[in-house]
Amino acid sequence: MNSSNNNNKPKLKMAVYWGSACGGCCVSILDVHEALFDVIANADLVFWPIALDTKYKDVEAMPNGFIDITLFNGAIRNSENEHMALLLREKSKLLIAYGSCAHLGGIPGLGNFHNRKEIFERVYETSESTVNPDGIMPQTNYAALEGNLNLPEFYDTVKTLDQVVCVDYYMPGCPPQTERLLEVFMAVVNGSELPQKKSVIGAWDKTQCDECDRVKTDNKLVKKFNRPFEIDDDLTTCFLEQGVICLGPATRGGCGYRCIKGNAPCRGCYGPTPDITDPGAKMMSAIGTLIDANKPEEIAEIVDQIVDPAGTFYRYSLPASILRRKLI
Amino acid sequence: MEFQPTIVSFLCNWCSYSGADLAGTSRMKYAPNIRIIRVMCSGRVDPTFVLKAFSEGADGVLICGCHPGDCHYHEGNYKCLRRFLLLQKYISQMGINPNRLRLEWISASEGKQFAQLVDEMTEVLIQLGPNKFKEITQPA
Repeated sequence: MNSSNNNNKPKLKMAVYWGSACGGCCVSILDVHEALFDVIANADLVFWPIALDTKYKDVEAMPNGFIDITLFNGAIRNSENEHMALLLREKSKLLIAYGSCAHLGGIPGLGNFHNRKEIFERVYETSESTVNPDGIMPQTNYAALEGNLNLPEFYDTVKTLDQVVCVDYYMPGCPPQTERLLEVFMAVVNGSELPQKKSVIGAWDKTQCDECDRVKTDNKLVKKFNRPFEIDDDLTTCFLEQGVICLGPATRGGCGYRCIKGNAPCRGCYGPTPDITDPGAKMMSAIGTLIDANKPEEIAEIVDQIVDPAGTFYRYSLPASILRRKLI
Repeated sequence: MEFQPTIVSFLCNWCSYSGADLAGTSRMKYAPNIRIIRVMCSGRVDPTFVLKAFSEGADGVLICGCHPGDCHYHEGNYKCLRRFLLLQKYISQMGINPNRLRLEWISASEGKQFAQLVDEMTEVLIQLGPNKFKEITQPA
């Protein structure tokens, strides 16, 4: 990698922040392993809560546009996420939605099947492991003896990053493949011409099926949908042809189809290909052609084997889908 | 004034659109709540179209195609039927009453049936009340 720092060139300033996320995206950045030295040779990490002790007030003190690249991972679940998204937008030249949650809502986006009330009731009252006899619920303000305490407000609906602020680029994946991140990073460092704003980077325009090497025939007909453990996978035939739902046909390639290589069907974390508005709808459309039945009762029986269509087809993309959330 | 639902409807070119046309040329009266979009085949109706209609405030979506066995393209209507059943399950999960989405077979000679269908669906939607999805997807 041609990464030796040119001393005449000022180092890039880079920030990484997590909204509503699991932390896996931050770990994927650490997964560059020894290439981290190349990253550090070319960039100063000015803000990265998982690794550095920079405080929010330090970010607030930075002049606008001070940070060259911000990788924002995680969805917008509460007022703290939203505040930091707005703040980092102001302070950054390039804001990249990094990972499925920032890009499409991701796994936290499945919270859109419920609202705040339902989630709080489950978490603080009815879950089997909860003991809360006083019915204490999270408050945004609490007057303690030492003074007023504030907690972020938990929102009813999870949003993607671009539903809150203007995003320059999207890097999909749960988490994005580290190789793709390095390619993007080195492109910025070397001053290569960047793609058109708002585009998805670090992924391809074609589907998973296009790169997947499992054997596919034209005769895809399914009488029964199976869960992965229910089949004796022959390790070579397309998952859909074996009756296992694989989101490959509606999902962007670029990850190196690692799940499929690991004999697990694609779940769609890389998001839709460029021309698709709603990934789940496209997948439902594809499934419609696979079902091998013409009688309504027979079709209904096969459709019933797909236990949770919304959760299956929109596993990573519910907040970015056309309907965005359940109507409650 | 009583709530007037909006029905977005996708009619296949070969049977159902001709059926609706017959209702019109025969001067049958039916509810004016329907907005017809002609497609070449009910198999052309992408689930995206249906979801977009709901998200933009349609109170109901009606898909009509040729009777089973009569599809101009052999099996487009079967594909539509499979997608429809899956879609109905999905929209129920999202909090949309599945009765807001209907698939019916209307042949070119069934103008009367078409007019009755529109009247009947309008009645059902009046009972169900307005679709509130627009408030989520297009907040004021």
